[in-house]
Amino acid sequence: MRIALLATCLADAMFPDVAAATVTLLQRLGHQVVFPQAQTCCGQMHVNTGYFAEALPIVRHHVQTFEAAGVDAIVAPSGSCVGSVRHQHAMIARKGGDDGLAAAATDLSARTYELSELLVDVLGITDSAAQLGSYFPHRVTYHPTCHSLRMLRVGEKPLQLLSTVQGIDLVELPGADQCCGFGGTFALKNPDVSTAMLADKMAGIIASRAEVCSAGDSSCLMHIGGGLSRMRVGVRTVHLAEILAATKESAPAANPASTTATGNVGAAR
Amino acid sequence: MTTFLGIPRRSRPSGHGMGHNGLPDSPLRGHTSFPDAARSAVGNTQLRRNLGNATATIRAKRAAVVGELDDWEALRDAGSAVKQQVMARLPELLEQLEAQVTARGGVVHWAADADEANRIVAGLVENSLQPGDAREAVKVKSMATQEIGLNEYLEERGIEAFETDLAELIVQLGGDTPSHILVPAIHRNRSEIREIFLREMPDAPADLSDEPRRLAMAAREHLRRKFLSAKVAISGANFAIAETGTLAVVESEGNGRMCLTLPETLITVMGIEKLLPTFADLEVFLQLLPRSSTGERMNPYTSLWTGVTPGDGPQNFHLVLLDNGRTNALADEVGRAALHCIRCSACLNVCPVYERAGGHAYGSVYPGPIGAVLTPQLTGIDGHDDPNASLPYASSLCGACFDACPVKIDIPSLLVELRGRVVDADRDRTIPGGWDAAMRAASWVMSSGKRFTAAEKAMKAGRVLAGKKHKISSLPPPLSAWTTSRDLPEPPRQTFHQRWRAEHGSSDDAPAPGGEPR
Repeated sequence: MRIALLATCLADAMFPDVAAATVTLLQRLGHQVVFPQAQTCCGQMHVNTGYFAEALPIVRHHVQTFEAAGVDAIVAPSGSCVGSVRHQHAMIARKGGDDGLAAAATDLSARTYELSELLVDVLGITDSAAQLGSYFPHRVTYHPTCHSLRMLRVGEKPLQLLSTVQGIDLVELPGADQCCGFGGTFALKNPDVSTAMLADKMAGIIASRAEVCSAGDSSCLMHIGGGLSRMRVGVRTVHLAEILAATKESAPAANPASTTATGNVGAAR
Repeated sequence: MTTFLGIPRRSRPSGHGMGHNGLPDSPLRGHTSFPDAARSAVGNTQLRRNLGNATATIRAKRAAVVGELDDWEALRDAGSAVKQQVMARLPELLEQLEAQVTARGGVVHWAADADEANRIVAGLVENSLQPGDAREAVKVKSMATQEIGLNEYLEERGIEAFETDLAELIVQLGGDTPSHILVPAIHRNRSEIREIFLREMPDAPADLSDEPRRLAMAAREHLRRKFLSAKVAISGANFAIAETGTLAVVESEGNGRMCLTLPETLITVMGIEKLLPTFADLEVFLQLLPRSSTGERMNPYTSLWTGVTPGDGPQNFHLVLLDNGRTNALADEVGRAALHCIRCSACLNVCPVYERAGGHAYGSVYPGPIGAVLTPQLTGIDGHDDPNASLPYASSLCGACFDACPVKIDIPSLLVELRGRVVDADRDRTIPGGWDAAMRAASWVMSSGKRFTAAEKAMKAGRVLAGKKHKISSLPPPLSAWTTSRDLPEPPRQTFHQRWRAEHGSSDDAPAPGGEPR
């Protein structure tokens, strides 16, 4: 298949290893990866903060960029960005009076997948160790991000992928379905409630006695990881894509110093 | 965009006077923005524990009784469909209800806003009392009368209204306001309740303990006298059946039924959206409501009454139909979904924001996710300094409310829609706010690949801020809102764009792995 990577603006700018790990996984499965270099952002931040008019040119740019790529599928390592593509892009186009763009956005969204959706539903991964060579000998707990859970309904797919990674000790996260408190600009507009929610999420992570907290969204992981780092909890955050891309050959040499695991687990091909 | 539905638009509801923020003083509008109100609530340890315990308990009960139904999703679909039908046919159904209630001996009154409703009720109470009667009325728990501030209005006219729902009684005796639609005293624990009873209830036993049963017995003793002496009762309604003119109240304590049956006069104040077309529709809603609200299969007391029955129950029945901003919401083709709400409060109990901030932070008698969409629609948003303007942002958009809603109100989408209106209402400002400027700049950057990659390069400056710790722990305002509790990782040496360019040049296509792609 010819698959385009929607890196997401956050992973692109702050967590490039997450995007690289996604490419690694697709290439390992023998697919042709395309990275439309004109891509920027899905516009979710603007939509969810109420700036619909400002979101319109971003949505238009996204649709034009990925339409031009001529691909069978588009994948993003983010439930939230895919949720925006699927549930908001056409709405923003219609509000902007551009029905043609709305139709194009709907068409494109039908080919846009969150990583675990693409791997399980489209590419038929049932055993990460056997089919992807995934190896991650660490105690990991998984936080299902709200938009992947309730907007995309990815259900057990990420857990199915993680549980079949070789060497992993996957443990349940108490209060897993509770929001971590990120919520995009919510974290800035309501910092006190956001922090209170983060505290409870961290309590669950600590109770799980995991060494790594994983999720399918870099944004939520940046929030959770930022809290864990501030409190010196001694738990790091690693994106689902990076765990799946890790192999015996690419086993990390040391823990990274930054708040999220960047730079070693996912980079090797 | 609005659609004219045949009902003339009314002016926004006004309260009894003007509040200190220059906006009408109303039980639907607070004086403090949500983030500010939430800041102090989050720091209230007692409140956090009380709310955390109570919402976790109700959440678990609800999940258990909802989980045992195979047709829960079908019931939600049915509830949603019935409510859509009600909104589409509201004028016609209201007239049908009026005709049916009148034909069965009741009197129907129409109130455009809180003032008019209060005036009607006060007049009815005055007319029902004989010289020498105690100037008092007993009340069934009702959101509609909370919404219009009826108790305070009556009190100003020398009429005492006694709340008979246990939790409302706690709130009333404590000089407090409700913080939850269904469990108004959820912010109180039993030792606080014991204190309130001892302080404010003259007939409370001196040796009152904080055992729930003892507390309930003390309230029962206190209320029993009122039930027997009161000539007038005031209630709300959970449902009204247009087809038959039947009113319904569901409750757990039986105190509501005492009020609905013992006094000579019954006055019911009901929001016009509470209608159901036919009696058979109760079949759906009497399954949805108790499971969603108290987590019970069936609520203990369901009272239905139709007009007046000679020799049985109140011999005077008045129904006050309350608009108070509802037709404004109805005329809004997106916002009208909020009128489907049956006040079960499931969305409050599952909301992580409500659980931590509590109901008072919303500044309205309708708190939580549904309150954040209902309050601004009923009372309007009057500029960016209006506390109502902060309500649509009082959510992380986690979506738990939508999943829990028994009539499938897409609250997250409504919140986003209202955020758009808050922003749009401010567009004529001569000096844009900080958010406006930042969002416009980001839009300009993000609608071009070239501008975006140039901006990404500038982010590398963050590596200097991170320094040897490889993380950023302190940023100036407004970004300090992030770094007060969270570190930021050091920006990477290379963005993904730069990495790709280094490996593949200007080509968007990676070389096909192992020859031909599969």
